[in-house]
Amino acid sequence: MYRYDSYDQKIVDERVAQFRDQTRRYLAGELTDDEFRPLRLQNGLYIQRHAPMLRVAVPYGLLSSTQVRTLAHIARTHDKGYAHITTRQNVQFNWPELKVVPEILAELAKVEMHAIQTSGACIRNITSDPFAGVAGDEYIDPRPWCEVLRQWSTFHPEFAFLPRKFKIAVNGATQDRAVIQCHDIGLELKRDAAGEIGFRVLVGGGMGRTPIIGTEIIDFVPWQHIITYCEAILRVYNRYGRRDNLYKARIKILVKALGIAEFKRQVEEEWAFGKNGPNTLTEAEVARVATHFTTPAYETLPADDAAYASQRAANPAFAAWTRRNVLAHKVPGYAVVVLSLKDPSRAPGDITDAQLDQVADWADAYSFGEVRATHEQNLVLADVKQSDLFAVWEKARAAGLATPTFGLLTDMICCPGGDFCALANAKSIPIANAIQARFDDLDYLYDIGEIELNISGCMNSCGHHHVGHIGILGVDKNGSEWYQVSLGGSQGNDTSIGKVIGRSFAAAEMPDVITNIIDVYRAQRLEGERFIETVRRIGLDPFKIGVYGDAAIIERKQHA
Amino acid sequence: MPKLIKNGSVIDDAAQILVLDETQAPEALSLPEGPVFVPLAVWQAHKGVLSDNKAVGVWLDSHESVDDLAEDLDSLSAVALNFPKFTDGRAYSGAALLRTRYGFKGEIRAIGDVLRDQFFFMQRCGFDAIQPKTGKYSDAQLEEALASLQDFSAPYQAAVDQPEPLFRRARRAA
Ligand code: HEM
Ligand code: SF4
Repeated sequence: MYRYDSYDQKIVDERVAQFRDQTRRYLAGELTDDEFRPLRLQNGLYIQRHAPMLRVAVPYGLLSSTQVRTLAHIARTHDKGYAHITTRQNVQFNWPELKVVPEILAELAKVEMHAIQTSGACIRNITSDPFAGVAGDEYIDPRPWCEVLRQWSTFHPEFAFLPRKFKIAVNGATQDRAVIQCHDIGLELKRDAAGEIGFRVLVGGGMGRTPIIGTEIIDFVPWQHIITYCEAILRVYNRYGRRDNLYKARIKILVKALGIAEFKRQVEEEWAFGKNGPNTLTEAEVARVATHFTTPAYETLPADDAAYASQRAANPAFAAWTRRNVLAHKVPGYAVVVLSLKDPSRAPGDITDAQLDQVADWADAYSFGEVRATHEQNLVLADVKQSDLFAVWEKARAAGLATPTFGLLTDMICCPGGDFCALANAKSIPIANAIQARFDDLDYLYDIGEIELNISGCMNSCGHHHVGHIGILGVDKNGSEWYQVSLGGSQGNDTSIGKVIGRSFAAAEMPDVITNIIDVYRAQRLEGERFIETVRRIGLDPFKIGVYGDAAIIERKQHA
Repeated sequence: MPKLIKNGSVIDDAAQILVLDETQAPEALSLPEGPVFVPLAVWQAHKGVLSDNKAVGVWLDSHESVDDLAEDLDSLSAVALNFPKFTDGRAYSGAALLRTRYGFKGEIRAIGDVLRDQFFFMQRCGFDAIQPKTGKYSDAQLEEALASLQDFSAPYQAAVDQPEPLFRRARRAA
């Protein structure tokens, strides 16, 4: 993974000093709340229900074991013993005190970490495929490009006060695992006819109140020009994006208002000036960054480890875990392990300090000292030998990190919701836990198969409910907490926005509602059909009948 | 006298910012004595007269476009860009465009809600004159605030103050 040189280190060290001074001036009354707010946000610091919340950047989800140990240390010393993995591959602490945040940043800087631009109206952490470099369907490794873009966007002086936040994601595999269609800029690596690397660029995707799928603005930008092209997009957005209404300030609204053709025209006009300028990438720079992402020292191994096969045959629980949480690796004899953070006794995405330390140890022992954070709020050991899988499983199971449900109903995405977030309409974690408790039978979960259930506590959509096969959204009805359900959303290559099925539900009803939806699916599915495929084939009505009964549907049709 | 940060140090500055209220039409010009920045509308109404007066600069609000000044820059020695709120970042693009697209060599002044924690960004985008509101900072605080111009010693990306990105300026270890 990328290691800092003296320049990178200096930038994060100077950031610590800068933020220390800003915090000092704020606490001394020299900076007003309004003046300090954007400064702390651009350092990942929200003020929440209980205390500030600190979001630490994990660039494109990559962590070293040393960094993981530092996160464990921070969770133990400055928080209540746990951390939270976010849908944008970052790490959040829910309880740090403002006056110790500069100390936390200093500790992070020692292990080449920071909280720069993890919030605020600026270019945020760049996200990518959690299986980058090891996935069989990858054609170009996105990591060097993410790092190049990370450096370019860090403290970009022109784009520090955009109309609104700005998120970029990069994917380089057949399957989109970076949700590029839901980003302000989505970059898809590709090759042109001559084999040259470049990017297909999507623009104007996003969730929030107005979920919109990104639109292609250009089908190929040669790699040398990707920074100047992004700068052209950002300059048009910075100048013309709306600033009068927070809810209409994302780039997606500008793209919609102008139309993609006019937006593209403006970008190209801008690009004509910046193209071939000094920010044009050089082969030397890309090569320098790419040397950080060379393949680790893999051993030459048989494609199928004999002991691994017999361990699976002998131990059904291990076999079940390998079926779900162990994925194919492009190198023979190796595997990708998903460490599940979806133990029903914890909030989805939460991990304790002790677990973090253990994960760091396993990374050192079994996976070249690296860990990845995923958009679905799990951790990954990307380079485990098949012959080590049993040992990893035993340890992960003992630590509560081997819930064998990756990609299943209970492996849900869930925002912090009303338990932590000041903006929430409703709690989300208890809903997640109640659904996990209802669906605790593994055979039943396996029978239901792959399904994405996403929960947000309000319209800001941090839990990506719009693109869940089943989406749950917390809504406020006269001061009490209700939940709206949508179906048919999807992320990845065939991204779609879910549709609301009808009136919302009380918290206590939610497990039954999900059961009813699943029952409709099981009754209606064709052989081998996944949940989302059934929804797309039969439409929402059968599900509405399953949830609300015939009468409700008929009545609504008459009203319509 | 109002203070101004010019090329990295604090100086006295007598220039006034002419602001029209709703009752004043840009056509009805009455210029104060001495150096002054006039609104874009006044400039456009009186260009012919004003362009020979080196004491006159133009100030643009954040919704106004520097493109509208492109033809006039040769006759201007200073342009001020207003930050109605410090979180309104349009003037960063405005300054960068004045310097890089239009090659403007005169003064570019940041006015309005100008705070020390943004000095670094302003300087990088081509502002060579930075003017916090009168009374925002004491003289001592303003001297102290000069430190913010140096928040980062080696930025990554190319910008006006540093037209080469780090990867072209430095030999970085792999
Ligand atoms: C607890 C404190 C949090 C607060 C106050 C907060 C606030 C917000 C707000 C206001 C938005 C809407 C922005 C917009 O539409 O322009 C948003 C979107 C989002 N947040 Fe959060 N959030 C919090 C935690 C989280 C967490 C823990 C995650 C990850 C699990 C997360 C991930 C996201 C994502 C992915 C979006 C959608 C981005 C998009 O619209 O494209 N947030 N958040
Ligand atoms: S979706 Fe709403 S409730 Fe959930 S974290 Fe985001 S802002 Fe808070």
